[in-house]
Formats: sequence, C-alpha cells, structure tokens
Amino acid sequence: MTTLVYLIPVALFLGALGLAGFLWALRSGQYEDLDGAAERILIDRDDRSN
Amino acid sequence: MSCCAPGAEMALDLETSVLPSSQEIRLASRSLGADLHQTDLSVPAVHCAACIQAIETALGRLDHVEGVRVNLSTKRVSIQWRGNEIPPIVAALGRLGYEAHLFDPEVGEKDKTLSELIRAVAVAGFAAGNVMLLSVSVWSGAEGATRDLFHWVSALIAIPALAFAGGIYLRSAWNALRHGRMNMDVPIAVGVSLAYAMSLYETINHGEHAYFDASVSLLFFLLIGRTLDHVMRERARTAVNGLARLAARGAMVQRDDGTRDYLPVGEIEPGMQLLVAAGERVPVDGRIIRGASDLDCSLVSGESTPKTVASGERVQAGTLNLTGPLTIEATAAAKDSFLAEMVRLMEAAEGGRARYRRIADRVSALYAPVVHLTAFVTFLGWMVAAGDWHQAVTIAIAVLIITCPCALGLAVPIVQVVAARRLFEAGVMVKDGSAMERLAAIDVAVFDKTGTLTLGQPWLVNASSIDPAMLAIAADMAAHSGHPFSKAIAGFVNFVGQPKLEAVSEHPGFGIEATTADSTWRLGRRGWAGWKARTGGEGRYGGFGGTVLSRNGAIVACFVFQDALRADAKTSIGQLNETEVSVEMLSGDTAAACREVAETLGVERFVPALLPSGKVERIEALTRAGHKVLMVGDGLNDTPALGAAHVSIAPATAADIGRNAADFVFLRESLLAVPLALDISRKAGRLIRQNLAIAIIYNTVAVPIAILGHVTPLIAAIAMSASSLLVIANALRLQGFGSDAQARSAAPDRRSSIGTLAQSS
Repeated sequence: MTTLVYLIPVALFLGALGLAGFLWALRSGQYEDLDGAAERILIDRDDRSN
Repeated sequence: MSCCAPGAEMALDLETSVLPSSQEIRLASRSLGADLHQTDLSVPAVHCAACIQAIETALGRLDHVEGVRVNLSTKRVSIQWRGNEIPPIVAALGRLGYEAHLFDPEVGEKDKTLSELIRAVAVAGFAAGNVMLLSVSVWSGAEGATRDLFHWVSALIAIPALAFAGGIYLRSAWNALRHGRMNMDVPIAVGVSLAYAMSLYETINHGEHAYFDASVSLLFFLLIGRTLDHVMRERARTAVNGLARLAARGAMVQRDDGTRDYLPVGEIEPGMQLLVAAGERVPVDGRIIRGASDLDCSLVSGESTPKTVASGERVQAGTLNLTGPLTIEATAAAKDSFLAEMVRLMEAAEGGRARYRRIADRVSALYAPVVHLTAFVTFLGWMVAAGDWHQAVTIAIAVLIITCPCALGLAVPIVQVVAARRLFEAGVMVKDGSAMERLAAIDVAVFDKTGTLTLGQPWLVNASSIDPAMLAIAADMAAHSGHPFSKAIAGFVNFVGQPKLEAVSEHPGFGIEATTADSTWRLGRRGWAGWKARTGGEGRYGGFGGTVLSRNGAIVACFVFQDALRADAKTSIGQLNETEVSVEMLSGDTAAACREVAETLGVERFVPALLPSGKVERIEALTRAGHKVLMVGDGLNDTPALGAAHVSIAPATAADIGRNAADFVFLRESLLAVPLALDISRKAGRLIRQNLAIAIIYNTVAVPIAILGHVTPLIAAIAMSASSLLVIANALRLQGFGSDAQARSAAPDRRSSIGTLAQSS
C-alpha cells in the first residue's frame, strides 16, 4: 500500500509528460506536414546553402 | 518535371488553365509586416523529396526571397519575400516543370477543429490508458481502501478528460436537442455523463462498481473515428482548393487619363474599360469596344466551338479570350454578372441535398428513444420487483452504459473514412460522408457534354487524309497561335521538306497568315483564307470543318475537328448501364454536335441546346418522377444543375463554383472515376448496413444481461471494445474489395480513346 503512494504519482507524472510532449509537438507545427517529414529525411543537408 | 512526371499521384492535365499573373499574386499575398510578404501557392505536382529540394533550392536563390517551405501533405509552397516587386516565383516553378496555382486563403488559416480534435484524442487517450491501468487492478481483486483509492484517482483523471474531450459531444448533443433534432451524440453524451455521475456516487459511498474506464475509453474510441473522418474530408478539401482557379481574380482597368490599374474583380464597376489580353478570362459581363478575337465559351455555355467576336458584341464573364487582345466596357459589376446569376440559380435549386438526412442521424432518431425508454422501463421494473431505489437506478444506468452507441457511433464514419481513402487514392475527392450515402442511391446519371464527356478540346479527325506536306506547313503556322484548333493542328508538327515560314501574323477572329519565298499561306476560316475559292463555305462559319489552309487564296487542305472524348468515356457509360443506372446527356451545345457524341458513346437520351435553367428543370422533372439523379458536369452553366441534383460530380477542370458545388471532384482525366465512385459508395453502403446490424445484434445480446443486473465494469469494458473492434474490422474489408477496378481506372491512355472516336465517326 505504501509503495502505491509514490508509484501512482510517478506513473501519472510520466504519462502526463508524454501528453505534454505531444501537445507541444502539435503546437509547434510538427504534425502539419507528415508526408513531407517522411520525405525530407532523404534530402542531403550539405546541398542546402541556406 | 524532373523526377515524377509519369504516374504522379496528382498528375493534372489542365491545359486550359492560365498561369496567375504577378498582379494576381500580389493580390493574394499577405503582409507579415516590416516589408515582408508571404505568398502561398498550390503546386499539385509536388511528389517526393527531390521535388521539395528542387523547389526550395531554386526559389531560395531568387532575389528578395527570404524563405521557402514546401508542404508535401497539402501540396503547397509558401514563400516569404521582401520589397515591392514580386520575385518571379511562378516562372521559376514553371522552369522546373511545376504548375502553380493560387487558391483561396482560408479564413483563420490553420484548421482549428482538427487541432481541437487531436488534442481531445490525446487527452482522452492519456486518461483512458491510466484509468484502465487502475481498473485492471480493481478487477484483479483490489479491495477496501485500495479500491477506493484507485476509484478516486480514476475519478480525478476522468474529470479533465470528460470536460475537455467530452465537451465536443456535449456541445453537439445540446445543439441538436435545442433545435429539436436527434443525432448520435445525444445518447453518447447521456451515456458518458451518467456513467461518470453514477461512478462518482459509488466512489463516494465506497461502492464496488465504477465505470470511469468505460466512459473515457468510449470517448477515446469515438474521438479517433471522428478525427479520422475530419482528416479525410480536410484532405479532400485542400486537394480541391489547390486546383487552378478558372475565374478571373482581377482585371487591368484603363482609366480615362490613360493610366492602368489592376483591380480585384469585386471593385469593377459598370462603365469601366478593361483590357483583356489573349489567354485571360473575361472578368465581368461587358461589350467589346476595340479588338477582335475568338472566345472559348465551353465553360460558360457548353458550346464546344470557339466563338468569333468583334467590336460591339457582348461578352459573358468567365469566357476565355483566345487569340487577340480586347478592350471591353464593363456592363455589369461582378455581383450582377453571369457568374453571380448562376450562383443565384443554384441557391434557388438547392433542395435535394438539404432535405437528405444521414443514415446515422436516422438510426439515432430511432435508437435513442428506444434505449432511453428501455432504461426507464428497467428502472420501473426493478422498483416494482425489489423496491430498492439505489439498485434500480444503478441497473438502469448500467443499461444506458452498455447501450451507449460506441459501435453505432463508429459504424458509419469508419466505413466512410476507408471508402474516402480508397477514392482519394484513385484521384476522387469526397467532400463529405453523406455524399457517398446519396450516391449509392442513384438510378439516373445525367452528364454534361462539353468538358465532361468530352475534353472541350478539338481534335483533328482527318489528319490521315491531308497531304503530309500541307499538314506540316499548317502545323508550323499553327504553332504561333493559342487557338484550340491551332493547338490541335500544331500537334502534327513534322519536317517533310516544307518551305521555311517568314513573317507569320495572327488575325484574331480569322486565322494565321504566313509568307514563304514564293507564296502567301493562310490558315483559318474558309471565307477569309480561301478568298479565291467559290465554295460557298461562308455558311459554315465557326462550325467544325470550316477551317482550311490556303495558298495564295486557293484552298489546299481542309481540316475537320471534333471534340476529343474524355478517356474511358465509353467504358464508363457502359459500366453505368450495367449497374442499371440510366444515362442521359444534357448540353448547351448544338443538336448535331450532341448527336455525334451520343452515338459514339452509346448514350440513348440527350437534350441539346439547353440553357442553365433548362438543365435544372430537366433534373427537377426526373426527381419528381421519383428518380434519384446524379449530375456530372463542369461548366458554369452546369452549376445550378449540380446543386439541384441528388448528388453531383465534377472534374478537376470544372469552373470554380462548379467544383465547390459538387460533392465529388475527380482529378484524373479518366471518366472511370464516376463508376468507381458509384461502386465504392454502394459497397460502403452495404458495409454500413452490416455494421449497423452488428451493433444492433450486440445490443440485443448485451441489453438483457444489463436489464437482469449482471453487468459489471469488466463485462461492460469487454463487450464495448469487442463490438467496436468488430465494426472497425468489418469496415477495413472495403480495402480489399475489387482492387481490379482501381487498376483499370489508373493511367488513362488518351491517344487510344481519341483514336477510337476518330475511327468510329
């Protein structure tokens, strides 16, 4: 029973951390071009002057 | 195009589209403050990483360009630039082989509903996961203080989930009830809130059963379905928005003092003098003051032959100026022009669609009262039988929880998402789910001719019977003109030792004149080109067959044109006939032109020379006779008919308002998109009915258990997830169905279909 006192908050905190991370990613526009993100990984960075 | 021209998913063939001018781009740009502007362009051909890189590098090198970002999902490029002069973006894209269009900037820019839905899914998912974890512990035998603690923690997690994620359903349910309607969200909202309220009461009183897990995981499942549905429609909408605008956005106005201004269409007033260059669309109704030209009226009236116009004649908004520059005097403002008249007709005709009630709404209108009545009767029954107030309420609420239409709520949208996805892959955009339900019910298909069954582009039919040397000269001359007939002839360019052309000039409304070392050649209307001929061909002005090539005034070759058929038109009509849909053709074109196409395609009934209102009347007559009519059309003159029909389909080359009025828009050239959409809609309809049956069978099994008071949270969780998964699995079967139909619709071979027409006529 005593272990639950800290295990439950820890579990909830980790879950909430994941949720917050997702909401942050959503707000910063990382989900706006999913197809593009998948393709951009193929582009060589060196070629880009800017 | 560099990397992906053949078979590019969105490959469009919009030969009639006009590149946006820099003034138009200027009008569509947004100011970001401090001299910085942003322009968003739709580039439908963007396809892969190489495209992204090519565009971003090339545009980034232009002067004054600050930043370029390609969005591959929406197929758009946003460019930030400084200064007053617009960098030559469109030209640069054109050099790379990408056609760029302007699109209507959406209000509010980002899609607020989508981000709200995704946030709701995230919150509901988080809550469902954690509550389920605690519930499993309770099911495994946690008792006493531990169970109470778990229930309390669950209650605390479920509150924000219910307030945030459930708010979407509560608001929608409240809206429906307030307007005296019933939708699926009402039983969902009632079930979820009651489950929560009862569980909270149980928790406070150290009760054994709490349904927090049921209420949040239900929300989670339903929100996933709703979000997918939204994403699918949004994708279709952006794809349609990205197509070329065919209406003029603005026009060059010539002031009395000789200065010129580029004004948006909305600011043009009657009496203003407008300059319309060759290749531009006429922005408002007007009268020609100076100049002569040929006008392409196919989008406006359905006539396939370009009309020759000269000074003094009236022109309608939306027609495309083909050959010579015109100065016109506006006789009506944009809001009184032909286009606006069509919008008014369409609004007046709209009815079939507004009256339609979606399957889900019809089912829920039956379902909700039955379920709520069952719960109420259960309550009364237990009161009479046991007399325990608390027990009766608990069991009645358990009935509501177990009947909460999770499977029913998913039954329709999931199938429609899968179906829309299938159609999207085949290049058919679906505006909303109800369109598929309506399409599945049709028994008459009405087609427009010009631009729908045909491409609205002439095709030289008698090339094989023309002297190759003459054809080669004609092709050389035709390359200098933008007239559709010229384009058709120019396709036969070939070197067979013909003399070199000198001094080529175009005479708008007549034809092209060129000189060679020893003679004067004319390609154009019979009366003008063959001035020495005594053919009496003047009576055939403008008709197909009236185009000749002359040498020093004597006719040496005669060109016969026919409107090229859309790819697979005949197969598509055949497939529709097989599925017992009767096909009819309504056109604004002449009877002769209609008969020819109807005979080639095997269309039995057609009505020629119809005005826009005539098409609407015909459709309304069919509707009154009890038919459900599908309208397929592209022109401005079809727009009212698209609105009047039970369901409508437009090609990507349709006029802007036609595309907006249509329920489906197909992007590829092949007309097979129509039978494909019908086929998938019908299969989707069958799956929807199966899903509804599954949901109802589930209820007939689960409800008696609930009424007898044997439902525990564990049974509720298992039963509800099982039914939802079953419904989703059934919907996914649509992916497997008849992929051969899809294969057939891919890669249209235009030449072959045109060849067939040429032979058969």
